[in-house]
Amino acid sequence: MSGHAGEPFAKLPVEPKPPLRRFHQARWDEPIIFEQSRPGRRGISVPAAGVPAVELPGSVRRAEPPRLPEMGQLQVLRHYVRLSQENLGVDNAIAVGQGTCTMKYSPKINDRFVSDPKVAELHPLQPEDTVQGTLEIYWQLERILTEVSGMHRVSLQPGSGSAAIYANVAMIRAYHASRGEGRQRDQVITTMFSHPSNAACAKTAGYEIITLMPDADGYPDIEALRAAAGPRTAALLITNPEDTGIFNPRIAEFVDIVHRAGGLACYDQANANGLLGITRAADAGFDLCHFNLHKTFSTPHACGGPAAGACGVSEALAPFLPGPTVEFDGERYYLDADRPQSVGKIRPFIGVTPNVVRAYAWAMTLGAEGLREVAEIAVLNNNYLMHKVLQIPGASAPWDRRRVEQVRYSWQELSEETGVHSEEIGIRAADFGVHYWTSHHPYVVPEPFTLEPTEAYSQEDLDEYAAILAHVADEARRDPDFVKGAPYNQTVHKTDQTWLDDPKSWAVSWRAYVRKHLS
Amino acid sequence: MTHPYIPNAEPGVRAEMLAAIGAESVEDFYADIPAELRLDRPLNLPEPMASEYELVRHMRGLLSRNTDTTEALSFLGHGCYPHHVPAVCDEVNGRGEFLTAYAGEPYEDHGRFQAMFEYVSMMAELLEMDVVNVPTYDGYQAAGTALRMACRYTGRSKVLLSGAVAADKVSKLRDFLSPDVEIVVAPVGPGGEIGDVEVDETLAAIYLETPNVYGVVETRGRELADLAHAAGALLVVSTDPISLGVLAPPASYGADIACGDIQSLGMHQSYGGGHAGYIATRDEERLVAEFPSRLFGIAPTTVPGEYGFGDVYYDRTSFAIREEGKEWVGTAAALWGITAGVYLALMGPEGMREIGETILARTRYAMNRLSAAGAWVLHGDSIHFREFAIEVPSADALLAALRERGIFGGVKLDDRTLLVCVTERHSKDDIDRLAAAVGEELA
Repeated sequence: MSGHAGEPFAKLPVEPKPPLRRFHQARWDEPIIFEQSRPGRRGISVPAAGVPAVELPGSVRRAEPPRLPEMGQLQVLRHYVRLSQENLGVDNAIAVGQGTCTMKYSPKINDRFVSDPKVAELHPLQPEDTVQGTLEIYWQLERILTEVSGMHRVSLQPGSGSAAIYANVAMIRAYHASRGEGRQRDQVITTMFSHPSNAACAKTAGYEIITLMPDADGYPDIEALRAAAGPRTAALLITNPEDTGIFNPRIAEFVDIVHRAGGLACYDQANANGLLGITRAADAGFDLCHFNLHKTFSTPHACGGPAAGACGVSEALAPFLPGPTVEFDGERYYLDADRPQSVGKIRPFIGVTPNVVRAYAWAMTLGAEGLREVAEIAVLNNNYLMHKVLQIPGASAPWDRRRVEQVRYSWQELSEETGVHSEEIGIRAADFGVHYWTSHHPYVVPEPFTLEPTEAYSQEDLDEYAAILAHVADEARRDPDFVKGAPYNQTVHKTDQTWLDDPKSWAVSWRAYVRKHLS
Repeated sequence: MTHPYIPNAEPGVRAEMLAAIGAESVEDFYADIPAELRLDRPLNLPEPMASEYELVRHMRGLLSRNTDTTEALSFLGHGCYPHHVPAVCDEVNGRGEFLTAYAGEPYEDHGRFQAMFEYVSMMAELLEMDVVNVPTYDGYQAAGTALRMACRYTGRSKVLLSGAVAADKVSKLRDFLSPDVEIVVAPVGPGGEIGDVEVDETLAAIYLETPNVYGVVETRGRELADLAHAAGALLVVSTDPISLGVLAPPASYGADIACGDIQSLGMHQSYGGGHAGYIATRDEERLVAEFPSRLFGIAPTTVPGEYGFGDVYYDRTSFAIREEGKEWVGTAAALWGITAGVYLALMGPEGMREIGETILARTRYAMNRLSAAGAWVLHGDSIHFREFAIEVPSADALLAALRERGIFGGVKLDDRTLLVCVTERHSKDDIDRLAAAVGEELA
């Protein structure tokens, strides 16, 4: 046995691995699916009618068959398995780089529950006595979330965090309207380091947006809040800790200022993972809050959904919850649609049931002590990673403040020295098999990157992630053009982004590409 | 025991990490939280399951109290449909690399971008429109956003809804279009199609569904498109893509925006958990500018023949410009888009034609059988796809009696009206069984 001519095998015993992985992303060079089509092939068979056919009039009949691909089943499967291999998820990468999104482990056992026909094959309008198990899960998860938040009721209807923010805004609007102040209260106040959906959802619902900027200490400017709050204030929509990872200790005062102006206070708890069992929305006086079940409560992110949001409200806001609600009379669970002040439907039926089931199962593996341990270790992991990242020359965490479960860092110093931007560092970091994210826009923190390690990652995982960043920062100093030339070890090479903003060249579908570029 | 999901809870690791940071305890990290906001007791929660096996027992105990639609014979539809889900759809969306990924970046998550681009491209072929979004939450949201897009595009704030739309969807639209958009509802005609419409120069859009809430296929699409366009308004058509192997796509009769739910394309019913919404338009810059969703485009790389991807016209989104963007964008239902792409690739043009023909034929067969069994079939002369309504002396009594026979007979629309759903999953024998039971109960 021998290697290539003149190349001996590595010596045994095996030498230690180099400090960083010799990673290469899968590169199948997979054609677009339409290029794999041959007329007449099929990927699945369909039951024949078995009863007399219906002839359609020409006015409603499709004239030309759709130009869908025609492929065998294995070829379809293999195509998609290859594409999946060209993707990084929590299951195959250290996913601490998507700060604000709480990329934790989604337990495999919970996926089993939702693929069971007892979940997957339930119709949402079945008789209530045939879905008692599912309704109990909704009811129990609501109890768990009311205890975690201190709120009076929780709706599990919204399909995501942003949908939950929107549902909260809809309830705020209905609440003020019910008091005859709907027209008067036409402003919503939020902060620059709250998720942009707070501003965007409130704007969609018709509100004028006032955004508080951070003060010199990194907290939302309380004087700006005092100036903004008044008879036009419908609500404050705020995150805490904000996306910087900084907890605002004067949060109860913020709530109080808004309450005294007659407005409501709504807590975006996308960043709740470090606070479970530590502090609660109701204790700071909030009227509404929301959790992202796909963040804090472990349901998978699924490439960007399906997700699930949970809206918590005080007793005063409960009549406005989306309907129907799930109720329990001591013997049976049932749906209550007779709620005249409800904002109505936020989405079809009562929620993203698979994720409600997963979140319930996750919470039931942890209990009170476990949820608190989730919070504590998430915060420990974050502070450990911060300790390591801040040892990298050129990295900083603007504002000298404690952080809870995430940090928005800055490469400003490194970038000024090398000309390498944060996005470019992220692309190069992915050459080592990890995801990395900058920040929402605008970049208030210059050259930002946002890391949130959650409780799921081991110390070794965090060491590896920090080592990758240190290595790339060092590369940026030694050879900035090399870093700017990344990716090297990923599925594809540098893409011409200029195609994507020009209406003449952009192609959102294959047919548009063929029309604009191949004909 | 160190919890299996929390590796650094192991006491030695925890101590080592604290020491590395120079902290006494994790309490140090919570020092900014004022004492009066600290919870001074443990959360009051149920005792957790001590092992994965006990969790399985617990969950099995709960879920065993459900009767699912493989155990009962279900004719329930009304927005959530029992279609066969090919095994390959479940296999692909169960892949951890997709299931547990975030929305991702174009290079490291190339697979996700390509799969999503292909989903969009297959929908574009089905719809004969060039631009389709990365899925929004569901068909309700797609309709709401499509109508807001039409309002922004025309600079107008009144929409005309077909009356043949599900009440829950109208509830969503009333909330979502508040406070600035006026909704006018058109009457339902005797055949179950949209009735007379009044169009003027203040109207932003006519909203039509086909098949509509009664399962009736609308036949006046072209006329409505012409009416809308003559008034400077748009025609927005909601349609279930599973019908488009046999039914004309909205663009072919002049629709400007198509929208709907893709649950039928490879998603389980999942008690309402399988929904995702699509919105489609022609490739016109002013229309594209009104999408709130992410749009993915194809682009060349430095290597010949290699495809790259990225976000098209990102600066219209709330990710880029917060409240100045169009509505909002965020995590929605991407994995169901990938799954719908798998479904369409498996089906191909022939599969989509066949499933459409099977559903059309079985729907008509079920209408004829139930009519013969003594139920009054509404809109019997119209073309139906997958659903139809029947009138009976008491919807509750009939549903209860059918339940006794292991049949979920339909969705109650009012005290005397039931909506019956038939798909390719319902064999001739299944339909005969329903008809026989209805016949006996109504006799």
